[in-house]
Amino acid sequence: MNFVVLQFPASNCDQDAVHAARLLGHSARLLWHKENTLKDADAVIVPGGFSYGDYLRCGAIARFSPVMRAVTEFAANGGMVLGICNGFQVLTEAGLLPGALIRNRSLQFRCEHVHVKTVTADSPFTNQAAAGRLLRLPIAHGEGCYFADDDTLARLRTNHQVLWQYATADGAITDDANPNGALENIAGICNESRNVAGLMPHPERACESVLGSEDGRLIFESMIHAHARRAGARAA
Amino acid sequence: MNMKAKIIITPKKAVLDPQGKTVSNALEHMGYEGIMAVHVGKYLEIDLAGTDKVVARQRMAEACSRFLSNPVIEDYRLEIE
Repeated sequence: MNFVVLQFPASNCDQDAVHAARLLGHSARLLWHKENTLKDADAVIVPGGFSYGDYLRCGAIARFSPVMRAVTEFAANGGMVLGICNGFQVLTEAGLLPGALIRNRSLQFRCEHVHVKTVTADSPFTNQAAAGRLLRLPIAHGEGCYFADDDTLARLRTNHQVLWQYATADGAITDDANPNGALENIAGICNESRNVAGLMPHPERACESVLGSEDGRLIFESMIHAHARRAGARAA
Repeated sequence: MNMKAKIIITPKKAVLDPQGKTVSNALEHMGYEGIMAVHVGKYLEIDLAGTDKVVARQRMAEACSRFLSNPVIEDYRLEIE
């Protein structure tokens, strides 16, 4: 499976994402934001960082990069796209995911390990984790407070688009477990067609025990599984 | 003659504004009474060539809703001078 990891000026988790994909035995390459085509991509990762210095708003400038037109088309054709941290912000700015990420409630940059609860296994990003499965993942962001208006939130709930929620170590969804003030403890969501997802925590930094957690693997393994299933369906 | 677009971007009322809240608290601590609420936003000045204010307003309004502000979380006010 070919992962393509986008690279904007000031992306800084791009190499980590490539490393994680290769660690899992798959190919991954970086793609500069001025490129117009994704070529052989089976999945796109929009990585973390501070694209364009977070000027104006996080992700606001990156989303007009030439490569994002290709990503939008790829997503419209059902391609898997995962936005991590700044990548999540880019995808909301691009309108590929609903809502927005705003300044943390505490006004602090939060850099720590948190627990997130897998809300549903019904997505290409969670199919290897049963609903309720807790993942211990690092976060590192100042603007990760998920916001959406009431109608959008209701739609997210109805369509089961919330994939991960911040939780305590024993799985309770509490205000104390919420590191940034995100509405309904939302750590990550997917679009209505379920092929585009974004989350604030960093699964790519949690794929080997030396980094303190291997739980991030489940997200990449889910994508790999979804791709294999899709390729199998095409061959049949 | 050139024109200037003046754009004020503020968080929507429904959106949590921790910066505004913190500034509001600080003002109260400093003894400024009667502070009801503070909203922290952004101000942009854009120098424009030409004199057609109607066209300039149209183009800048489009830029505001597509790029300069995020309609999910922000409102904007636009003046052309």
